[in-house]
Amino acid sequence: MNIHEWQAKELLSAHGVAVPRGAVATDASQAAALAESWGGRAVVKAQIHAGGRGKGGGVKLAASPAEASAMFEKMLGMTLVTPQTGPKGRVVRTVYLSETVDIERELYLSILVDRGSARVSLLASTEGGVEIEKVAAETPQKLFRLAIDPATGIGPHHARDVAAALGFHGEVFKQFQGFLVNLYYLFIKMDCSLVEVNPLVVTKSEAVLALDAKIALDDNALGRHPELAKLRDPHEESPEEVEAGRFGLNFIKLDGNIGCMVNGAGLAMATMDIIKLCGGEPANFLDVGGGASEEAVKNAFGIILRDPAVKAVLVNIFGGIMRCDIVARGIINAAREMDLRVPVVVRLEGTNVEEGRRLLAESGLNLRVAEDLGSAALAVVAAIA
Amino acid sequence: MSVLVGHHTRLIVQGITGKEGLFHAKGCRDYGTQVVGGVSPDRGGSEVEGFPIFDTVHTARERTGANATMIFVPPLGAADAILESMEAGIELIVCITEGIPVLDMVRVKRVLMDYPGSRLIGPNCPGVITPGQAKIGIMPGRIHKPGPIGVVSRSGTLTYEAVGQLSALGIGQSTCIGIGGDPVNGTSFVDVLKLFQEDPETQGIILIGEIGGSAEEEAAAFIRAHVTKPVVAFIAGQTAPPGRRMGHAGAIISGGKGTAAEKVEVLQQAGVTLVANPAEMGLAMSRRML
Repeated sequence: MNIHEWQAKELLSAHGVAVPRGAVATDASQAAALAESWGGRAVVKAQIHAGGRGKGGGVKLAASPAEASAMFEKMLGMTLVTPQTGPKGRVVRTVYLSETVDIERELYLSILVDRGSARVSLLASTEGGVEIEKVAAETPQKLFRLAIDPATGIGPHHARDVAAALGFHGEVFKQFQGFLVNLYYLFIKMDCSLVEVNPLVVTKSEAVLALDAKIALDDNALGRHPELAKLRDPHEESPEEVEAGRFGLNFIKLDGNIGCMVNGAGLAMATMDIIKLCGGEPANFLDVGGGASEEAVKNAFGIILRDPAVKAVLVNIFGGIMRCDIVARGIINAAREMDLRVPVVVRLEGTNVEEGRRLLAESGLNLRVAEDLGSAALAVVAAIA
Repeated sequence: MSVLVGHHTRLIVQGITGKEGLFHAKGCRDYGTQVVGGVSPDRGGSEVEGFPIFDTVHTARERTGANATMIFVPPLGAADAILESMEAGIELIVCITEGIPVLDMVRVKRVLMDYPGSRLIGPNCPGVITPGQAKIGIMPGRIHKPGPIGVVSRSGTLTYEAVGQLSALGIGQSTCIGIGGDPVNGTSFVDVLKLFQEDPETQGIILIGEIGGSAEEEAAAFIRAHVTKPVVAFIAGQTAPPGRRMGHAGAIISGGKGTAAEKVEVLQQAGVTLVANPAEMGLAMSRRML
């Protein structure tokens, strides 16, 4: 789960990681007052879950309280398009203001779980404010990596290693050690999957600050952090994806016109692949999970059929835990309730498959039953050709 | 021979009094696995569906001589259940549970280094089956058939798909192993390839990978250096958009890394037969076996 910059900065601050002063403004006069309290200047920042905000006009420097107020008015409610939002952009519902700082150096720092070493890893670079993927690809020698042994956690020597790699000295070297250790413990304590400080800045007065911060939380761990679960912003997720999540389904909207309902993530990806291979375009990824109920199948089918882009549907279920008769009932119930306007190809395999196929055949609905994955994919692509 | 699971397996089930745990404990017993008991805290001394219940893994092992466990404990308690079985000296630990916090698995993976006698399969996996002998997991037993092909996969139902295709062509399987779709797991592709290469009964290998991470790249390097048996592979997620997590916590293309194209290329360079069409995994294997 991603959270907003302002939420991330509150977490950082609460864990002893220095950030510039800042607050969410609820109206223009408050925006002006905030700028006033910092000596007249402020950075006005749109809060959406996507990077590249500056490029789309979502980060502005206000030179006076009046300007801060005007920028706030303009930003709130605007549709912000950045390289990461896609062409539709995102509506800005929250605007955050931050004091300005005199920057001496901009650097990069992040903490994440490295799959290769199966350890929490620190990533640091002297190249701040740019996309780290670009640094990794073009100048890998400027990227410093350090894996932390979970048996010991972070120690002062790790912090010294990173501080040295970033070229810190004196007061900054000392300050940064505390900054990094606190950031690491925030990562562990809050079950983060990513904490990214980009840029990390050193000010002219030798303060180390997180100028921007991005935090992603491990969804699987939210059960033990009820206070973090509240940080979810449903506006940042597509309505279909929110609905699917409520039913325990895994749904991702894609650009094509063939809806897919599959059990299991790997098979769902393979189904998308085979549709494309047969000349079609998948409209979504949808994994109903291993033990999905009749109700879940019905809801999944409903989500797919309500998408106006969907011109045909492929249901591909290989029942391991799932029984095919239950799947068939879910499909039939959904199709009856929803006015089936597109062709549906169903491929069922596994437990109680004969019963499932019989139910589908006798339903009187426009459902085509396919025997295997290959013929199912060909049939669904042919159905809209 | 086959690998990991067989007639010798003596299985306990952690979380046996849950709905899924009990259902699959029975499923394994029905398939022929010796299921010698279950663990459910504070239920020790009782019996459920003919399975003796113990409070702890330690007691269960002492009383039953169990050498394997299948874990259905809910996600937030699953890492602890794995650690408990390691400390109790269980040799094969199969964790079915989906949704374990990744930092829990980072810890488990580190502790595993101190227990070389224990092997962890999963988590978030369908388990392991040696057709005709025994299964530890949630896979439908009847689609399998004993034979010469080893199957290893990060995905559950896609493994069933491959097995179904093989069986339909009359080709059986030595052992099928789902290593799970999580970013941090116990047994890797390389570990399994090593087992299959050393197993005299396994004559060919199907490897089913997916986008994200570098497990397939590591597999390719190992195959090139050490595997002499024919290998057929499919990589799921050729059409997946970058930056979106495809169901499995591990299935994500990030920063341009972990794409299907990269994985396909290195596997091909290692002499692996790649199928672009997931409906042709069995067929490709049958051609390689001619």
